[in-house]
Amino acid sequence: MFQVRIHGRGGQGVVTAAELLSVAAFIDGKQAQAFPSFGPERSGAPVAAFCRIDNRTIRLHEPIVEPDAIIIQDTTLLHSVDVFQGLSPRGFVLLNSKKSLDELGLVDLVSRLPHAHARVVDATAAAQKHLGRPLSNVALLGSFAALTGAVRIDSILEAITDRFRGRTREGNAAAARAAYELVTGGAT
Amino acid sequence: MKQIEGSRAIAETVALCRPEVICAYPITPQTHIVEALSEIVKAGELDPCAFINVESEFAALSVAIGASAAGSRAYTATASQGLLYMTEALYNAAGLGLPIVMTLGTRAIGAPINIWNDHSDAMALRDAGWIQLFAESNQEAADLHVTAFRLAEELSVPVMVCVDGFILTHAFEPVDIATQADVDAFLPPFVPREVLDPADPITIGALVGPEAFTEVKVLAHQRMRRAIDRIPALASEFAARFGRTSGALVRSYRTLEADTVVVALGSVSGTIQEVVDAMRDEGQAVGSVSVVTFRPFPFAAVRQALKHALRVVVIEKNLAIGMRGVLAADVREALGVEAPPVHTVIAGLGGRGITSTSLHRVIGEAHTGTLELEHFLDLDRPTVVRATAKELSR
Amino acid sequence: MSAEQPIKFYQTGTFTVGNRLLSLEKRTVQASIGRSNALTSGHRACQGCGEALGARYVLDAAMRATKGRLVAVNATGCLEVFSTPYPESAWQVAWLHSLFGNAAAVASGVAAAFRMKGSDVRVLAQGGDGGTMDIGFGCLSGMFERNDDVLYVCYDNEAYMNTGVQRSSATPAGARTSTTPAVGGDPGNGFGTGKNLPVLAMAHGIPYVATASVADLHDLEAKVERAMAVHGARYLHVHVPCPLGWGSDPAKTIQVARLAVESGLFPLFEAEHGDVVRSTPIRRRVAVDSYLRLQTRFAHLLDGSVAGAEAIARIQVIADKNVARYGLAFTETDVELP
Repeated sequence: MFQVRIHGRGGQGVVTAAELLSVAAFIDGKQAQAFPSFGPERSGAPVAAFCRIDNRTIRLHEPIVEPDAIIIQDTTLLHSVDVFQGLSPRGFVLLNSKKSLDELGLVDLVSRLPHAHARVVDATAAAQKHLGRPLSNVALLGSFAALTGAVRIDSILEAITDRFRGRTREGNAAAARAAYELVTGGAT
Repeated sequence: MKQIEGSRAIAETVALCRPEVICAYPITPQTHIVEALSEIVKAGELDPCAFINVESEFAALSVAIGASAAGSRAYTATASQGLLYMTEALYNAAGLGLPIVMTLGTRAIGAPINIWNDHSDAMALRDAGWIQLFAESNQEAADLHVTAFRLAEELSVPVMVCVDGFILTHAFEPVDIATQADVDAFLPPFVPREVLDPADPITIGALVGPEAFTEVKVLAHQRMRRAIDRIPALASEFAARFGRTSGALVRSYRTLEADTVVVALGSVSGTIQEVVDAMRDEGQAVGSVSVVTFRPFPFAAVRQALKHALRVVVIEKNLAIGMRGVLAADVREALGVEAPPVHTVIAGLGGRGITSTSLHRVIGEAHTGTLELEHFLDLDRPTVVRATAKELSR
Repeated sequence: MSAEQPIKFYQTGTFTVGNRLLSLEKRTVQASIGRSNALTSGHRACQGCGEALGARYVLDAAMRATKGRLVAVNATGCLEVFSTPYPESAWQVAWLHSLFGNAAAVASGVAAAFRMKGSDVRVLAQGGDGGTMDIGFGCLSGMFERNDDVLYVCYDNEAYMNTGVQRSSATPAGARTSTTPAVGGDPGNGFGTGKNLPVLAMAHGIPYVATASVADLHDLEAKVERAMAVHGARYLHVHVPCPLGWGSDPAKTIQVARLAVESGLFPLFEAEHGDVVRSTPIRRRVAVDSYLRLQTRFAHLLDGSVAGAEAIARIQVIADKNVARYGLAFTETDVELP
């Protein structure tokens, strides 16, 4: 089982990201379960959402306490929420930022993880460029696909197609692909 | 098969059941269900159907009562405080024998206000005369609604489908949505037992005095008990028609030769099954039983499922203040005088997550005889001790 | 062979004119042998019950207006209790009783069901002042706001009668009830409290709102007919004396009701979409005393005390305001020749 936790703030599409991830995994022929850290609607408040991916039916209905991957959409949370809590020793970390891992003060954390398991990506820039809005949630999923291989980029793109319409669909798809290539370095 | 939100799956399935009147008042965590249904109706995908935005939960069930009495298949959904607010109407609908189906997104009851999942709302109204079914998964949550309408209309007893708030309602899981043809074949049009009709006028809701009230209630009790026979039969029919299981009185998992059996309602059963597997791998003879039909309480089926258990652990998402556990009490009654020890484990109140780690520990303790009969899972004991001392010192 | 004796109008006065001198189509529904008798005899109402009378008038008129295609939804209260003592029922119309505060919502549900079935069956909801104005207000407002196709009829006897004459928001100023007793320095129901449901109904902008009284049968039936001629949310507020609760003579129910109208305390008017469109001028205005003295619930105000006199003066002001507000002052042009 592969467990993902996504951190962000209300209004940044954290829940949508988890849902899309689960749909992409489903398209991959896997079993998936996505759910938010439930709470009343409140813009700007810290929000987390979760996704489990497995090859067999997922019967668990418990919180994810030891995620295999953590996606951080908003690095301002680094100061206020323990976003890395429970991270598996062989886990992945994906952050959305213009800064480097060093500038974010995460060198220590990264050193404890396997090589190339932590990445910073400026997904906001990719979203701004392709989607016209600084909404990085979907773009980050492209990077996630590249970083972890837990889900195929084509499935992410198909999930985007199913979920969105018009320019939002095209923009998100382009942003996801761009963010994917930021991690693969262009190589597919 | 679709990867969709539990609420959406429920809404789409309810729509397939062709309700003619849907009334809704929003309350977390049921909102996504009624929002989806309003979309479906507004888009003309469910027709004829009136989607009525009412001014309170009390009004919601009242509108459903009127619609059902006039011969329309009626549906509503609520949770927690909303369920309590419609209490009068719940008893009224059951007393009048109206086959209304309602989704209950189970949620804690305040005070203190809490929007997260536990079973206190369902438990609070367990005696209202409604059949109560608990879904284990989103697939079952959706499918149970089809069975619910069929059961309700056959028995003239309203049915509450209990779906764990947030945990199931807001989770994206793979769900097979039935086809219209299959649902139509399983669920024929509603033929009311009695109906408001100017051509054949009747009085519904008369004043019944001491000379007849008892008998009326006994008849209602009998009707509800008939569900004990009908539910397994309908589950078989459902499996034959839809190719998957949905609904049961109870569902046993690896209880064969299990010394310790865990009993629970709803989604936590899935987590418990994973723990059972892990513990079996460790050589511990444990098993679990998921109670799918809570009301009417399936005494015989529970007794049968726990026949060989040396001890029972009941995981309860409800604390009967001043008493203890509700499900455990029903289980003890089912087991009768020869009952083995039945542990009440109060867990998950107000949405506190029930982890496999904690379950593993507590089941292990029961298995080795070190668990108290009444246990609060993952209780912050120091805080309770401190606060208690403060209260008592005043 | 008896010759027909024509009855001279001036010999008996207007109160006996009734139906016999009117052409057939001008007669009331009650005059017709073919009336549905929706609320038939055998019910257990008190002698002189204004509500039983009102309900029979209203239902029969509604049944005629809808050619019998009608369903009634009843709130808990006197009417429901005295009409359905299981195993008997006095209703000859399809009838549903659910709860105390939800008649409007239940009726909305019934209406929705019939609409979805493409049926022409109409819905009438009814309840007392308590079930309509207090506990039922939320559901009523919801029904109004949605413009659900229901005619809601409130039989206003100005207190919770079935449970023992407790005060409701319809209880008039100064009236004694079991929870506003005539004791102390401020006996009876307080001044400056209460709700005006017809005005609240009008505030929702619904298609038709009207007040009526059991004292004027023609007017009441006409209003029911007018209400059933339109669709959407409609409200009819009927004043119905309760001899038991008001402490009035059961034989004088109609007289008491007429005095309420003639004093100006119960104005008769109609409104459409929030605006008053018609009102019934008062031919012979009477002082509120004439009305109050027939009811022991006001006896404490008529004890000759200064406080009593002051209270009655304040009640007179209420009546005068109604006359002004609804244009009830009779002028020559209001005369309607038969």
